[in-house]
Amino acid sequence: MQDEYRNPATVVFTRIITAHRLRASLHMYALQVDNLTKTYANGVEALKSISLHVEEGSFFALLGPNGAGKSTLIGIISSLVNASSGEVRVFGASVQQQRSMAMSYIGLVPQELNFNQFEKPLEIIVNQAGYYGINRKTALKRAEKYLKQLQLWDKRDKVSRELSGGMKRRLMIARAMVNEPKLLILDEPTAGVDIEIRRSMWEFVREINENGTTVILTTHYLEEAEELCRNIAIIDHGEIVRNTDMKTLLGTLDVETFVLDLRESLLVEPQVEGMHFKLRDEFTLEASLPKKKSLNALFSALDHLGVRVLSMRNKANRLEELFLRLVDKGSVI
Amino acid sequence: MSEAVNWVGYKTIVRKEVTRILRIWAQTVVPPAITMTLYFVIFGNLIGRRIGEMGGFDYMQFIVPGLIMMSVITSSYGNMVSSFFGAKFGRHIEELLISPLPSWVILAGYVTGAMARGIMVGLVVMLVSLLFTRVEIQHPLIMVSVLLMTSVVFAMAGMVNAIFANKFDDIAIVPTFILTPLTYLGGVFYSINLLPEVWQKVSTLNPILYMVNGFRYGILGVSDVEIGYAYIIMGIFAVLLASLCLWLLHRGIGLRS
Repeated sequence: MQDEYRNPATVVFTRIITAHRLRASLHMYALQVDNLTKTYANGVEALKSISLHVEEGSFFALLGPNGAGKSTLIGIISSLVNASSGEVRVFGASVQQQRSMAMSYIGLVPQELNFNQFEKPLEIIVNQAGYYGINRKTALKRAEKYLKQLQLWDKRDKVSRELSGGMKRRLMIARAMVNEPKLLILDEPTAGVDIEIRRSMWEFVREINENGTTVILTTHYLEEAEELCRNIAIIDHGEIVRNTDMKTLLGTLDVETFVLDLRESLLVEPQVEGMHFKLRDEFTLEASLPKKKSLNALFSALDHLGVRVLSMRNKANRLEELFLRLVDKGSVI
Repeated sequence: MSEAVNWVGYKTIVRKEVTRILRIWAQTVVPPAITMTLYFVIFGNLIGRRIGEMGGFDYMQFIVPGLIMMSVITSSYGNMVSSFFGAKFGRHIEELLISPLPSWVILAGYVTGAMARGIMVGLVVMLVSLLFTRVEIQHPLIMVSVLLMTSVVFAMAGMVNAIFANKFDDIAIVPTFILTPLTYLGGVFYSINLLPEVWQKVSTLNPILYMVNGFRYGILGVSDVEIGYAYIIMGIFAVLLASLCLWLLHRGIGLRS
């Protein structure tokens, strides 16, 4: 049999294409949700064939108004809710077909408190480790590590119902970390937590993410999502209305808003063409102007009207403005 | 998942259950001891003296196996139903549901915990009985095997109850309206030979009769039923309930939305 002659350039090109295709087919997402639907027994359609892919190592925000389907989605990912149809894979393992393997990758901090309030924090964490097959010696070491990191070590032997609200939330984070998950899901972890503790929790989770854990966060504090997350999906009425990276999403905002502190009181909002002003109080003015417009134009307009500005800052929650545009305006977030 | 993970998970559930039983010992171990002491004093000592012999033994000796069995049944069932429903009600059952542990490990862990309480209470009642009468065990292996099988059956029955229960009232209905009547009519206090023939036949439909008599055979060497039937009945119930529990846990009925 005669060997078929092949041009070396064609061979190299074919190999490159094959390798590329192979890599694409083997690409493993931290979370892969395909055509997922959930209809509850009472007929409520919580998820309407949603698809979502979360890259390994990303810090992903899942936002939406109350009742949008966030918690249902998290419930299905963590196997607490049965899907009506569709598929969920965690690091390639199907939650429906390979539940044990998929669950071994996940750490979940749920919205509601779900630990035995009569048990002590150390007991709760060591037991949780046991459910993941971690022996007691290792479990005790990890419990110490995470309780210390979350400033709960001195409360380890206190009955957990006596802990404050913030401590209980941190306890659930420590519990979710004990199996050192590859995917950490935080469902409103900072709800009802004061700003100081909230920031320390952000630091902790940011560090976890930097060390390689993929994080999915749902929160009602949009500045939290803006500050922490690199990717975002917005869900509304059981559908994904936007799924992109944070930078791209914020880039779609064509108007920028500044908060101005005034030297003298102002009772009537200034009227300037191409700009929009809103008085927060008589000494604080919000100015919104198109991104392409220079700040000099703003200051010269205000100067012309005799408005003296003491200081200025960017309105922090740009995401909030976009969020309200993307979901129903009337919804409560 | 590997067997090592399942084994550690199983041990963790058992440890947690036993810790719970010991932490609330005043609710779990003491009450049956007090109740059974009263039974021994009133039925065994005061009334029993007038009853005389039953099945070839004095009445106090006759009721010892039945009373131990009654405590084991109530404790195994009660432990499972209160612990599992408590975990469901307090939502900490989710700690297990999101873990990699398969359903059979969860079932085995909880059943072992319920058996631990059944055995603890059974031992306490047996020790209490020794204050009132002398007991010579005739067939130790039969005694232990019947006790363990009964405990397993009622632990699993308790899990079914807990899975379907939505409020605390729901876990009281079965013990009050089904378990207690069946136990009292299961030959704890009497031999069914005392009953008219028709009621003897009706009594043979009560599975607890076989368990009580199987245990009585193990201790005293006498029974109203064939010991082989007792094992068959317990075996059938164990297999049916285990299958039902595993199916319910696997499907997440009453546990997952």
